[in-house]
Amino acid sequence: MATAAAVLPCNAYASHSSGRWAMRLLIVTEASFFAYLLFSYFYLGSMASTWPPDGPPSLRIAGPDTVILLSSSATLWWAERAIKRGALSQLRAGLFITFVLGAVFLGLQAVEWSQKSFTPQTSAYGSLYFTVTGFHGAHVAAGLLMNLVVQFWAWRGFFSAERHELVSNAALYWHFVDAVWIAVFASLYLIPRLA
Amino acid sequence: MATVVASADAPRAQLTEIWETPRGLLGTLTSVDHKTIGKRYIVTAFVFFIIGGLEAAVMRAQLVHSNMHLVSPEAYNQLFTMHGVTMIFLFASPILSGFSNYLWPLMIGARDMAFPRVNALSYWTFLLAGIFLYSSFFVGQAPDGGWFAYVPMTARSYSPGLNIEFFTLGLIYLGMSTTMGAVNFIATFFTMRAPGMSINRVPIILWGTLTVSFLIVAFMPALTVASIFLYLDRNIGTHFFDPANGGRPLLWQHLFWIFGHPWVYIVVLPAMGLASDMIPTFCRRPLAGYTFVALATVATGVVGSGVWVHHMFATGLPQLAMSFFSGASMTVTIPSGVSIVAWLATIWYGRPVFKVPFLFMVGFIILFVIGGVNGVMTAPVPFDLQLTDSYFIVAHIHYVLIGINVFPVFGALYYWLPKMTGRMLSERLGRWVFWLMFIGMNLAFFPMHITGMLGMPRRIYTYPSGMGWDTANLIITVGAYVFAIGVLLFLIDVVRSLRVGPLAGNNPWDAPTLEWSTTSPPPPYNFAVLPTVRSRYPLWEERLHEQATSIVDRGPVLDDGRETIGTSALDAEPTAVLHMPADSPWPLLLALALTVVFYALLAVSWTWTGIGVLLVFICLVGWLSPSRTAPAPGEA
Repeated sequence: MATAAAVLPCNAYASHSSGRWAMRLLIVTEASFFAYLLFSYFYLGSMASTWPPDGPPSLRIAGPDTVILLSSSATLWWAERAIKRGALSQLRAGLFITFVLGAVFLGLQAVEWSQKSFTPQTSAYGSLYFTVTGFHGAHVAAGLLMNLVVQFWAWRGFFSAERHELVSNAALYWHFVDAVWIAVFASLYLIPRLA
Repeated sequence: MATVVASADAPRAQLTEIWETPRGLLGTLTSVDHKTIGKRYIVTAFVFFIIGGLEAAVMRAQLVHSNMHLVSPEAYNQLFTMHGVTMIFLFASPILSGFSNYLWPLMIGARDMAFPRVNALSYWTFLLAGIFLYSSFFVGQAPDGGWFAYVPMTARSYSPGLNIEFFTLGLIYLGMSTTMGAVNFIATFFTMRAPGMSINRVPIILWGTLTVSFLIVAFMPALTVASIFLYLDRNIGTHFFDPANGGRPLLWQHLFWIFGHPWVYIVVLPAMGLASDMIPTFCRRPLAGYTFVALATVATGVVGSGVWVHHMFATGLPQLAMSFFSGASMTVTIPSGVSIVAWLATIWYGRPVFKVPFLFMVGFIILFVIGGVNGVMTAPVPFDLQLTDSYFIVAHIHYVLIGINVFPVFGALYYWLPKMTGRMLSERLGRWVFWLMFIGMNLAFFPMHITGMLGMPRRIYTYPSGMGWDTANLIITVGAYVFAIGVLLFLIDVVRSLRVGPLAGNNPWDAPTLEWSTTSPPPPYNFAVLPTVRSRYPLWEERLHEQATSIVDRGPVLDDGRETIGTSALDAEPTAVLHMPADSPWPLLLALALTVVFYALLAVSWTWTGIGVLLVFICLVGWLSPSRTAPAPGEA
């Protein structure tokens, strides 16, 4: 039986889809979350006589780490572009490279953490440094888990040029996590150097 | 090619089969029907309202006279804290979510919310967060730092028990529930409205809930961040609020009120929306100044998010900053005034019918004006310094919350319960309920202005005689109990109505909006044929002699599964046939997994936290697994 809606597509897709709305709004609320974390950082900084107490943190690890994380956004963009054409193997490769880059970022972050001369219990600055980078790291970890799950489904062949909503949503989340890192990196590493 | 069917010819049995939740325990636990979820929200929130009311009743018994020792100071601290937390977080906001959940799809001509399973999840997490907060009573350590839990009073050194852990973790958990609800409302608003229902044709409640949903998404995380900091300070030994190590107690106040002040609008704007939708029905005319009311709703949300410092005038901030926030606080009166003028104009130019819901609307407007005036009195810094932490502030918050939340909610219950249950409430009992609540409310809270000006501080568990506060406190207690009798009478009315109330029929109030075009209670599929909307008041078009012609008795059926129409964000042009998810066990399972996480954090057990997080991950994967059988997007 033809219905009145036979001329309409079945389920909205791409930027109109319900799932995309949910991911966008999740990102807005998560962005607010990090904004309040950084607000706290600047608020306590504005009250302190020296901030950070031991001078700006070193860029020796964080600098290259930033490049690694940002390049993972590029590889994921390359993967998502592939599935829009239906190129499943390029999607798998792109997801895998992105995963490796993200994991390297986290590993280097752990190395940097272990080399710090302070802990979260040392001072308010230490509390903030570890909480802000910790929550960002947790978001990277969540993004990696998403990546694994999407990879699993990609190997099972779930996705195609018409159906890749989960890939696009996971990619949007990953780009957001990278954007948050730019804000964190600027606030914690770069701005103290301006003073 | 298109089959537009007359409502009478729609295959109702088939639609029922597609949309109905099966009876029995499994159906109860897996339902994603927005009507079921909406009713659950309303009932659960009302239960919390009664619990919060009983806490208030104990406090008023304690304060009826000087030097009373009915409860210990420790118990009193827990009572006023849980009274505030319950009324503000577990009643005022969730009951409005309940109305919005129930009414939105019916008002916009859809068959469900945009995310039915998220909707179920937000209900289960609300319920479990409420139970989490209340489980604190079983270990005798309920939150006791006031509903805003100022540091350093709530720091580990001054509050060694689990009380504040229940508070911080409970509010983080509840915040997740609220945020999921907000996301759902925003997506529903922009994708699910019936064809033709452009954004200037939606009922005002949609504007109210949409505005607060944006506020929730933007400001809820401030409370989450504050609560995480406090939890870490207390359990890990961080120093966010510790001035000896570079922290600042005022950071808590900033973060809390950045969230806390918008929260006041979150619990009133949807209620004002409910009022804007009820008043026209009882004035027999359209709302005066629809566009102004919609814009005022959004403007209140915008301006209201920049006034949080007026809660902190007594903390020694720079004069210039305080002047700015003082001015901004006074600005909020402008959009509020616009709404009040619109309601008064609607009544003035209408032919008011004084049914019970309308009585509550009139009471609401009066209390709103009092609560607005005593609020604006405290916007200037010097006057605020005089009254901070006195009973004047208690009077203000209750005029605002009871006036602008409870009264519209009771009006809405009298108005929309017949749609939900199919049976009318009693006009006679309803008038008693209204007058008892209205008189009780003013008797209980007006004298608090006076005790506040006489210097009575809030949150004291008892007071000496000879302060000149005795008579006023006696009157306050009597008023509180009169109010409580009104609420009790309402409950009796509901029970009576469910048993013997007269049948409501589709449209007992001769109201103008879409929810009244379907049966009471509505069928599982809401509408047998999906309506097309061409005006703000589709059921009044003939009378208003409008050229517009909405179609509610003919339209597409969409019976190839759970289907409804998706439309464009502003003009509501049809864009897609949306396939909606069916009942699912994942929302409840995910909520239970989250509960494991929060109890593990309460016990500071990292092993169990890890197990809980793993369970959450499993549930998420199960939920999101793509189905090979679902139709792919593209041309149908």
